[in-house]
Amino acid sequence: MSATHILAFSFGSPTSIFAPAGTPAHSVFNLSMLVLGITAGILLVVAGLLIYALLRYRHRSASTNSEQEPPQIYGSNQIELSWTVIPILIVVMLFLATARVIFSTEHAGKPSTAIDVVVIGHQFWWEYRYPKLDIITANELHVPVSNSRQPTPTYLTMSSADTDHSFWVPRLAGKMDLIPNRINTMWIDPESSGLYLGQCAQYCGTQHAKMLIRVYADDPAHFAAWIAHQQQPAVQNPAAAEGRAVFEHNACISCHTIAGTVATGRFGPDLTHVASRDTIGSGSIPNTPANLRSFVDDPAHFKPGALMPAMHLNAHDLDAVTKYLTTLQ
Amino acid sequence: MATQAPITAVLDETAIPAPRRMALQVLHDWVMTVDHKKIGLMYIGYALLFLVVAGVEALLMRVQLAVPNNTFVSPQVFNRLFTMHGTTMVFFVGMPILFGFGNYLIPLMIGARDMAFPRLNAFSFWISAFGGLLLYFSFFGGSGLYGAGTAPDVGWFAYAPLTAKVFSPGHSTDYWTLSILLSGIGSVGVALNIVATVICMRCPGMKLSRLPLFVWLYLVTSMMVFVVVSPLTAAQIMLMLDRYVGSHFFDTQAGGSAILWMHFFWIFGHPEVYILILPAFAFANEIIPVFSRKAIFGYPAMVAATVAIGFISLSVWAHHMFTVGLGPGANTFFTLSTMLIAIPTGIKIFNWLATLWGGKIHFTVAMMFAVGFLFQFLIAGLTGIMLSVAPFDWQLGNSYFVVAHFHYVLVGAILFMLFSAFYYWYPKMTGRVLSEKLGKWHFWIFLIGFHLTFDFMHIPGLEGMPRRVYTYEADRGWMLWNLIVSSGAIFHAIGTLIFVYNMIWAFFRGHVAGPDPWDAWTLEWATSSPPATYNFATIPSVASRRPLWDIKHPEDPDSNYEM
Amino acid sequence: MAEINASPAFVPHMPTEDWHLPSRGVVGIACLILAEAAIFIIFVVAYIYYIGKSINGPTPHDVLKLPVLTTICLLSSSLTVHFAVVALYRGKRDRCSLWLASTVLLGTIFLAGTAREWYQLIYHDGLTIQTNLFGTTFYSLVGLHATHVIIGLFMLSLALIFSLRGQVTSKHADRLDVLSFYWHFVDAVWVVVFLVVYVLGR
Repeated sequence: MSATHILAFSFGSPTSIFAPAGTPAHSVFNLSMLVLGITAGILLVVAGLLIYALLRYRHRSASTNSEQEPPQIYGSNQIELSWTVIPILIVVMLFLATARVIFSTEHAGKPSTAIDVVVIGHQFWWEYRYPKLDIITANELHVPVSNSRQPTPTYLTMSSADTDHSFWVPRLAGKMDLIPNRINTMWIDPESSGLYLGQCAQYCGTQHAKMLIRVYADDPAHFAAWIAHQQQPAVQNPAAAEGRAVFEHNACISCHTIAGTVATGRFGPDLTHVASRDTIGSGSIPNTPANLRSFVDDPAHFKPGALMPAMHLNAHDLDAVTKYLTTLQ
Repeated sequence: MATQAPITAVLDETAIPAPRRMALQVLHDWVMTVDHKKIGLMYIGYALLFLVVAGVEALLMRVQLAVPNNTFVSPQVFNRLFTMHGTTMVFFVGMPILFGFGNYLIPLMIGARDMAFPRLNAFSFWISAFGGLLLYFSFFGGSGLYGAGTAPDVGWFAYAPLTAKVFSPGHSTDYWTLSILLSGIGSVGVALNIVATVICMRCPGMKLSRLPLFVWLYLVTSMMVFVVVSPLTAAQIMLMLDRYVGSHFFDTQAGGSAILWMHFFWIFGHPEVYILILPAFAFANEIIPVFSRKAIFGYPAMVAATVAIGFISLSVWAHHMFTVGLGPGANTFFTLSTMLIAIPTGIKIFNWLATLWGGKIHFTVAMMFAVGFLFQFLIAGLTGIMLSVAPFDWQLGNSYFVVAHFHYVLVGAILFMLFSAFYYWYPKMTGRVLSEKLGKWHFWIFLIGFHLTFDFMHIPGLEGMPRRVYTYEADRGWMLWNLIVSSGAIFHAIGTLIFVYNMIWAFFRGHVAGPDPWDAWTLEWATSSPPATYNFATIPSVASRRPLWDIKHPEDPDSNYEM
Repeated sequence: MAEINASPAFVPHMPTEDWHLPSRGVVGIACLILAEAAIFIIFVVAYIYYIGKSINGPTPHDVLKLPVLTTICLLSSSLTVHFAVVALYRGKRDRCSLWLASTVLLGTIFLAGTAREWYQLIYHDGLTIQTNLFGTTFYSLVGLHATHVIIGLFMLSLALIFSLRGQVTSKHADRLDVLSFYWHFVDAVWVVVFLVVYVLGR
């Protein structure tokens, strides 16, 4: 499919399933074209016959035998057989095509160059861990671009810390649920660099709607740089020492982790490099100092029902801690 | 030659003087009744009330979703709205209205005087009614009306562990559980009554092969209820035990499984939607032949297809779980079973087409709604086939495409066929014919609304919009479609209001119907309109599937030809 | 098209002697049994699903003993209730009362045995419905069955009382037969529970 086709299909939406940008999404797209073709064909034939029958056999009171009942036909075994057999054949064909895609996606061989990411769903944010790279981050997933000559897909191992969630980035792949006490796996391989959007697709509570997903597909150089950066502990900017003190002496540390400090809470997102992210609130709020301050003051301002409580800091402490957080590149 | 009893023996013409009774006496009569006709009407009236309530809930949601990042309702209220809308529509509109029609019509169609267990019939109604009231009491219980009280907000399928005490504190989930439990007991009661009535109370000559298809479909539906409602009942008992007694059925922290709830729920939930659609097929099987002036084409095939649908529907449930990670083996199996159910369903559509073919089609309002049903059910079935393709469902599952698909079935097929049934049987139930003129306004306005809302609703799903979201981002490109979808809601509301007005107007000013306004062929049309309390003065006996055709065409009765 | 049909017509009247339909009571109880069986199946499925999945606590092997005596009692009660029905069909009310009383007695022994077993499990073995997945599924399944036994015993006791007071005759034999079907169902469920919980699960 050419780029113009893709653009046309996508109706201008960045999350259209008709603008695939990775192998699983492409497989589904190709299969969906077959399915749409078959169902459109069936629709045309059957609806066409229906329309014809309704027009041709409508009662015309002006005709001579309008009061007579039409010939009563009770059935026909041959006709019943024919319209049983033909649908069976269509079903068999569709089923075989589908089975092939199911197995090719779910049983795809994992190359040794694959990146492993552990995804843990939370109410209402995403935890991402790269176990082999010793990185823990939240809400913004960075993966390498994968090309077919040297595939570097990202394998996601998924579970949940609380209720059910679902990871759906339409342009990259179909969705997969994150279920507590269960491990699910899926893989993505973005074919070009850029930002891919998605969101949680299994109702998980009040702020299900704002549990957004941002997948950054980086070319190899940028990806390596990002990894190196994420592997560093938190920036220790002396100008923000006061804010750091506020952070460490408040309840913040019971939920959040900042690597290299006393904060090792696991209930909320890891904030070690929070200032390097484009968004806060799981993709729903642009990451500006003003928004950050507002969020820390009262998350319900942006996300009523988010599990982070309002911190009730006075204005001075609020400014200080905001300043501190903005230094955490 | 057997003695012929004139039809006047069936219709009792004696004028019974009816003194004006006090309102309290009338009320007492209705509350204490065990007459299947009154109980049927109560079910229908009750369901219509809840249809309006759940419709208002939908309207509120559509206002909220018309533009991105809207603040018309809070997320907490929105989540309660979609939970209540779905729960109400399935359990307190769909089930009661369909069982109401069955209750009213089945004894009449089989030449009986009442259902097999009249007191059980009354009990089933009242316990279901109480369930509905309990569900809505949740708005008032707890924190009161502000913030919509403690109405449940876990979605109509209430996935675990969201429903665990820790994630859903308070009593909102319990209102959901208990009200549906009660409704389930009522459903099993009605189903039991229907099966016993159909098997044990048919009039002489009415072998099973001469049952009106309407009755066959309700028989299969009722058999399904026994096997299908019980898993939900069991799962809800388990949920209550988890929440109050500390058991661990769905407690993932103790090794319990969230997937187990899904399996149990959908083992109920999928056949449940077939329980909802089979009665719509029942209506179609009576209405389409009468207004085509032809017998239904392929009666045995229709019965076989119905039974096949009943059985296969028990094997498809995990197509609601394609994204849960069951593995390629399971995903493949459920794709196959779901595709297979399309075959008997398609057979039904083809048989209806063949019934129309060669007929003389009269486009009364009842028939117009039936035609709408035919096209819309076809489309809904096709989007269902799309969703049965597991990989396609990996993209489209839990998105607005699914919401559009199932509303196409529930509104486009079931509700349209219900409207058709109202226009067809209202004369029998009240003695007056609904206004065809108002009916046409109802039809066209509702049709426009339906297509505005549910055709365009497929598009946000294809563009990545998940369901159960109280708002959405402006940068996704979903706004235009959501606005169009929301605009259709107005037409739905106006169409429904016209319908309600028509029913009230016709009750007082409609044409008098007489026993058989449509020149139909099944036994209910051999009674007065409305029928006497005892239905038939003399129990009739029949020699074919269309006893009144035999009477009207004694030179060419059906019994000569039936396959 | 649709004229009010005012012309007299004929509903052909066939001889009714050959028209026999099944009894409502039998069909009714069959439907109820089907629905109840479906509930039990779900609890049995949950039990089987969770075999071996408890993360702590006593296992079935540790604490369960085969309930031989109570099982014999319950299964025999199916026989006694059958004899009660046969006696009533023959109009022998006193015999019927005797067999009904035996049925109630045997059922009560079963319940007492279950109560004793549960007492032992809760207070000596530390197994409650909260303890682990085994506790959850065991008490719910066996408890659901015991609830049905209680309801059945209640109905049988009512029948016994009516019988003792001379208020039942062979006309009521059909109804007693229908009640006995329920009781046979309860026993059949016990066979399944016994096999799944005490044989398979241990």
